[in-house]
Amino acid sequence: MGLLAVTVIGRDGPGIIAAVTEVLAELGGNLEDSSMTLLHGRFAMTLVVAVDHSADDVAGALAPVADPRGLFVSVADIPTDTEPVFTGNQYVLHVHGGDRPGIVSALTHVVAEHRGNITDLTTRLTGDLYVAVAEVELPSDVDGDVVARKLDEAARRLGVEASFVPADVDVL
Amino acid sequence: MRAVHRAPDAILSTPAIEADPTDPQILQACADLVATMRAHAGCVGVAAPQIGLGIRAFCLDVTGHRKAKSSHGLVVLMNPRLVDAHDPVLAREGCLSVPDLTGDVRRPAFVVVRGQVPGTGSELEFRADAFEARAFSHELDHLDGLLFLDRVASAHAIYARRNYL
Repeated sequence: MGLLAVTVIGRDGPGIIAAVTEVLAELGGNLEDSSMTLLHGRFAMTLVVAVDHSADDVAGALAPVADPRGLFVSVADIPTDTEPVFTGNQYVLHVHGGDRPGIVSALTHVVAEHRGNITDLTTRLTGDLYVAVAEVELPSDVDGDVVARKLDEAARRLGVEASFVPADVDVL
Repeated sequence: MRAVHRAPDAILSTPAIEADPTDPQILQACADLVATMRAHAGCVGVAAPQIGLGIRAFCLDVTGHRKAKSSHGLVVLMNPRLVDAHDPVLAREGCLSVPDLTGDVRRPAFVVVRGQVPGTGSELEFRADAFEARAFSHELDHLDGLLFLDRVASAHAIYARRNYL
């Protein structure tokens, strides 16, 4: 069974998820991972679907529910190779401050320069306040304190606040 | 020790039943709880449903944990009940029975829990704070058929667990 990446973006309204997932279920598709949210008032969903149909077939099946709602849909094949085993440490990056261009770019460059991998990132703009929260994986040979210091320096140059702390998971 | 049952095993979603704390089989079950907890590095608690037993029993031990303010050491409790809880705090937690996910869960920073001592059945009361209170809350949930997945704070408060103790 192949894997497809399905993205749906458009004006929000009741029933989008129900309609899209009904089509995928009728095709025998299994939603393996998904993320759905509102972005600037627009509904955005990204799904990884295991299904025995081609990307074109799935896109065609989704058209009757997407087109009347004005939804933009894309469907693409994605590789089914397994994820590499991660052996490092997880951190959370919190950023907030006055909005200006380049905040995400500057801070994620610092993460990348230290071989950090961002596995989740949410940004929100409300009024002049810009907020970003990222989940970051660092290789075990990278010092999180060093990355925190570099992020703080970059944040100061941008005039925003940044904190970089261990994800701190406790097994109960 | 016993094998840890993992979600979606139905026993983890089934409320456990009260049991006789003086029953020798129950005593063995409590010993198995402690052995299973000790066998997993970083684990601070195990509830009976996690080892396949539908009885209201759990053990916990937060001794030496960096987030613990106070600790009662090893606690093994039968038929426990929550008497009081307040000061909810949000923190990220995981569970042996959900090995590949973690989640942000709001739990009380102070609890009062009463229960029975395995073997004698005598009543004990624990007043726990901080991380030990979180551990009590998490284990009590297991006895009610609840996982941390039932309590995550929001739709985006669940995460893939990528590093293991």
